[in-house]
Amino acid sequence: MNDISATRYIGQSLKRREDHRLLTGKGRYVDDIKLPGLLHMAILRSPHAHADIKRVDLSAARAAPGVRLALSGKDLDGKLGPIVPNWIIPGTKVPFRAVVAIDRARFVGECVALVVAETLAQAYDAVGQIDVDYETLPAVTDEVAAIADGAPQLHDNVPSNITTVYKVRGGDYAKAAVEADEIIKLRIVNNRLIPTCMETRSVIAAPEADDTFTVYMPSQVPHMHRRWIAETVGIPEHRLRIVAPDIGGGFGAKMHLYPEELLCPYVARELGVPVKWWESRSESHQSTSHGRAHTEDLEIAIKHDGTILGLKVSTLGNVGAYLSNMASGGPTVNTVNFGTGTYKIANYEALSRVVVTNTVPVDAYRGYGRPEGAYIAERAIDAVARHLKLDQVEIRRKNFIQRADFPYRPYGSMGVIYDSGDYQSLMEKALAAFDYDGRRKECETLRRDGVYRGIGVATYTHMCGMAPSRRLAASGFDRGGWESARVAIDSSGRATIYSGSMSQGHGHVTSLSQIAADVLQIPIENIDVIQGDTRQVQAGHGTFNSRSMAVGGSSLHVCSQRIVDKARKIAAGMLEVDEKDVAYSGGLFIVPGTDIAPLSFARVARMAYVGHKLPDGLTPGLDETLFYDPTGMSAPSGVHLAYVEVDAETGQVRIIDYVAVDDVGTLINPLLAAGQIHGGVVQGIAQAMYEEVSYDPDNGQLLTGSLLDYAVPRAEHVPNITSLFQETPSPTNPIGVKGIGESGSIAAPPCMVHAVLDALAPFGITHLDMPLTPPRIWAAVQAAQTGASR
Amino acid sequence: MSDPDKLHDVTFAINGKQARLAVEPRRLLVHAIREDLGLTGTHVGCDTSQCGACTVEIDGQAVKSCTVLTVMADGTSITTIEGLTPSGAALHPIQAAFHEHHALQCGFCTSGMVMSVRQLLRDHPAPSEDDIRHGIAGNICRCTGYHNIVRAVQSAAGKERQP
Repeated sequence: MNDISATRYIGQSLKRREDHRLLTGKGRYVDDIKLPGLLHMAILRSPHAHADIKRVDLSAARAAPGVRLALSGKDLDGKLGPIVPNWIIPGTKVPFRAVVAIDRARFVGECVALVVAETLAQAYDAVGQIDVDYETLPAVTDEVAAIADGAPQLHDNVPSNITTVYKVRGGDYAKAAVEADEIIKLRIVNNRLIPTCMETRSVIAAPEADDTFTVYMPSQVPHMHRRWIAETVGIPEHRLRIVAPDIGGGFGAKMHLYPEELLCPYVARELGVPVKWWESRSESHQSTSHGRAHTEDLEIAIKHDGTILGLKVSTLGNVGAYLSNMASGGPTVNTVNFGTGTYKIANYEALSRVVVTNTVPVDAYRGYGRPEGAYIAERAIDAVARHLKLDQVEIRRKNFIQRADFPYRPYGSMGVIYDSGDYQSLMEKALAAFDYDGRRKECETLRRDGVYRGIGVATYTHMCGMAPSRRLAASGFDRGGWESARVAIDSSGRATIYSGSMSQGHGHVTSLSQIAADVLQIPIENIDVIQGDTRQVQAGHGTFNSRSMAVGGSSLHVCSQRIVDKARKIAAGMLEVDEKDVAYSGGLFIVPGTDIAPLSFARVARMAYVGHKLPDGLTPGLDETLFYDPTGMSAPSGVHLAYVEVDAETGQVRIIDYVAVDDVGTLINPLLAAGQIHGGVVQGIAQAMYEEVSYDPDNGQLLTGSLLDYAVPRAEHVPNITSLFQETPSPTNPIGVKGIGESGSIAAPPCMVHAVLDALAPFGITHLDMPLTPPRIWAAVQAAQTGASR
Repeated sequence: MSDPDKLHDVTFAINGKQARLAVEPRRLLVHAIREDLGLTGTHVGCDTSQCGACTVEIDGQAVKSCTVLTVMADGTSITTIEGLTPSGAALHPIQAAFHEHHALQCGFCTSGMVMSVRQLLRDHPAPSEDDIRHGIAGNICRCTGYHNIVRAVQSAAGKERQP
C-alpha cells in the first residue's frame, strides 16, 4: 500500500542541500583529512600477471630514509586475512586469497609487499628499493581461453579455472527450438570496464587513545566494512569505527573489501600511530575492481512473424584472479536471471560459468549483471528484428510483457518477479519525445545521399533493493536486505536522521529530508541527515543495487511514522482527549470537530523531553529506530532511444540525440532523478562507444594502465540527454519508489549499439562488439565493402 | 644536478594572501596547495594530468596544478576554489548556476570544473554549446554526464559578463 497522502516535499525538484559545501571547496574527502603523526603506506605491486615469488628482499627498503615498516606477504602470513567473498553462490569453489601475495602473484597489480614511511614520497622511494625474485608463469586473461584445455591454471582448488556453475531454466527450450521456424545464433562480448570514480580509494587507520580504532575510507557500505575489517584484521567490531566522509563517486567499486583497507589498520595497530594509504589513478586501474567482462553465446528460437519462442544463453563471466566480494553472483544470479528482459519468453535456458583469469578482480559496477542481462535480451531481440527485417519498435511491442501481466515472473521463475510496469506506455512516450517516425523518414532520405544515420532502441527492467533478508540467504549472501533508520527529534521539534544508506553524490541529504519532512510535517530546514559514521549511525547496509530510496527511504518513512504515532499519543495526553480523536495535519495536532486549540509538533516534542504530562505507560523522548526489511523488490523499467550518424569513411560516430523515458515509480526529486539518468546514460554510452580495458593476451600486462589509455568520455564526446519519467508506483514499499541509479548504464549500451548497427544496415553489418570505436567501425565497413565487391 | 632534498624558498600570493614555503624541488603545486597550505578544495583525481580536478588559476589563467612544480609558481598570484567565496561572500555566479542546475553530484570534480568554466567564459563570453563542451574537455566528470554542467555554464554565461 502506498501512503503518501500528505505529500508536500516528495515530487519537488528541490535544489540540493549539500551543494554549498561542495561548491566552495569545503567538501571533506578522505584525502583531505590530516591527523598528527600520520605515516604513509605504499604498496609494491606485481609487475607480472602470473609468477612465483621466490624471494622478497626488504633490507634496502627498511634502511631507506623515513621508513618505519616494510612487510612482505610471508611476514603477514597467518596474521590477517584471508579475504573472503560476501556473496558465494552455492557450489562455488572459493580460491584462497591472502591479503598480500605470499608465494605466487596472479595479476598485474596484486600486492606483493608494503612500506610505511614518514612521507608518501619516502614510501614510494622505498618501494622502489624492494628486490623481488619472480619466476614468471604462463598467464591467461581471456575467459574463453581460460577454460580451454591446456590453459594456465590459477588455483589448485579451481579446476579448469571455473569457480561456479549456475543454471536457470524455465519452460522447455529444446521443445521451442524444435517448433521454431529458425534459430539465430549470436556471440556477444560485454567489454571489461574500469568504474573510474573521480576520487580514488583512500584509507586512514587511526588507533585511538581509548583503545578503539577509527578507519576513514570512502565506503558505500560503512557498517559492512566495519564487520569485514573487524573479522579479517582481528579487531573487536564494537571498537572499530568506520567514518565515510564525502565520497567522490562509488558506482559499486567502493563496496568491496580490498587489501589496503585491511593493511592500513593492521600496520597502524603494529606501529601505534595513524597510517594512510592513497591510491594513485594508475594504481587504481590495477587495484580497484573492474566491471563487466563477459562473453555470451545466444541462441534465439523464433517464428518468422517475430515471435520469440525461446532463448538459450551461455555466459562466461571473467572475475579476475580471485573471487572479489560479490563476484560469483554477478555473472550468475544478476545476469542470466534477467536475460529475457522486458519480453515474454516462456522457454529459457541459461548456463553461467564464473571464470578466474590473471587479471584484476571484477566485481559490481553500476548495474552489476543487469546491464549484462539487458544486453543479452536486447541484442537478441534486435538481432531477430534485423534478421527478419522487422521494425525495432514493432518487434518489441509484440513481445512485451503486458501491463495486465504484473506482477510478472519471467519464464516461470521462482526468484525473479517484476512488481509493476507499463512498457507500452513507456514506448509511446519515448517515441513521441524522440519523433521516431520523423527521424525514421529522415534516416531513409539521408541514406540516399550517402549519409548514414541510425536509430537505436533499447528497453530494460531489473530488480532493485535486494530483499527480504531470508531470500539473500538462499542465494548465498552473508548479509541481509534490510536498512536502518533512526529519527531523533530534539526538544524544539527539529529532527536528526541517522540513515544506514550512504550517499556518494546521490544527494541523500536532500532526498531523505524530503521523505521525512512529508511524514513529520516539519520544514525541511529543520531536518539534518547523518550518514557514514558507524559511531553515530546505529546500523546499516549502505548504498548499492539502487536501494537507497526503496529500502533506506522506506525505512525512514516508516520510522518517521512511528515518531508521529508516539507524538500523537503525547498530544492526546496534553489535550486530555482520546488518542484516536487526534489528527495530525499541517504540523499541528488537532481534534477535529472541537474548538480545542491545536498543538504544534514542537510543543509536543518539548513535552516528550520534559516528560511532565505523558500518558500512562508511555516512555519519555521522541526518538525511534527502525530496521526495515522489505517484503519484495522493485522493478524499474525504461525505454531509451538514440540517434547517431556514422561517417563510413572514418568510422566516427556523432551522437545526435538521446531520449530516456524511465519508470522509477514515485519520484522523490525529479531534478536529482534526471541527474542519475544523465550520469548513468553517459557511463553506458562510455561502455558502448569508448571504454575498454585491454590486456596483452601473451603476457597479461594491463595496457590501459592510466587515464591516458583508458577512454573516459569528456563533455565533447557525449550528447544532451532528454530524461523523462513515467510513474508506476511500486507496490513493494510504502513510498512506491523504485531504484534509479543503475537505469542509465543498463539501457544505454544496447541502445547505442543498436543505433550504430541501424546506421550501418546498408552495409549489411548486423553485429559489432563494444566499444564501437572508429577503427572497429571502419574495419567493419571496409570488410563489408570488400565482401560486397567480391 | 641540483640536490633533490634541498628545500627551495617559494613565495606567491594565494587567494589574495602572501604565502611563503620551503619545498623540495619535486613538490607539485597541487600538493603544496593541499598539504602545505591546507586548501583541500583543489583535488587530485589522476596522475597523468587528464582529469582537471586540480585546476586553479595562476596569474589569471586556468592551469592544472599537477602540471606545475611549486618552485615554478614563485612570484605568481594563484586563485583556488576557496578564493571565489571569501568568508561570508555569496556564491560566485558560476557556483550559483551549478547549484541551480544540479551540475554536481559527488563534488569531486567540481572545484576544477568551476575554475575551468571561469577560463572558458573569459575566452568565450557568449559561448556556443560546442564552445562549452570543448572548453571543459580537460575536466572529467563521472557523475553528471556533463548535461547539467553545460546547462549551468549556459546560464552563468549571461551573468558572468557583469563585473
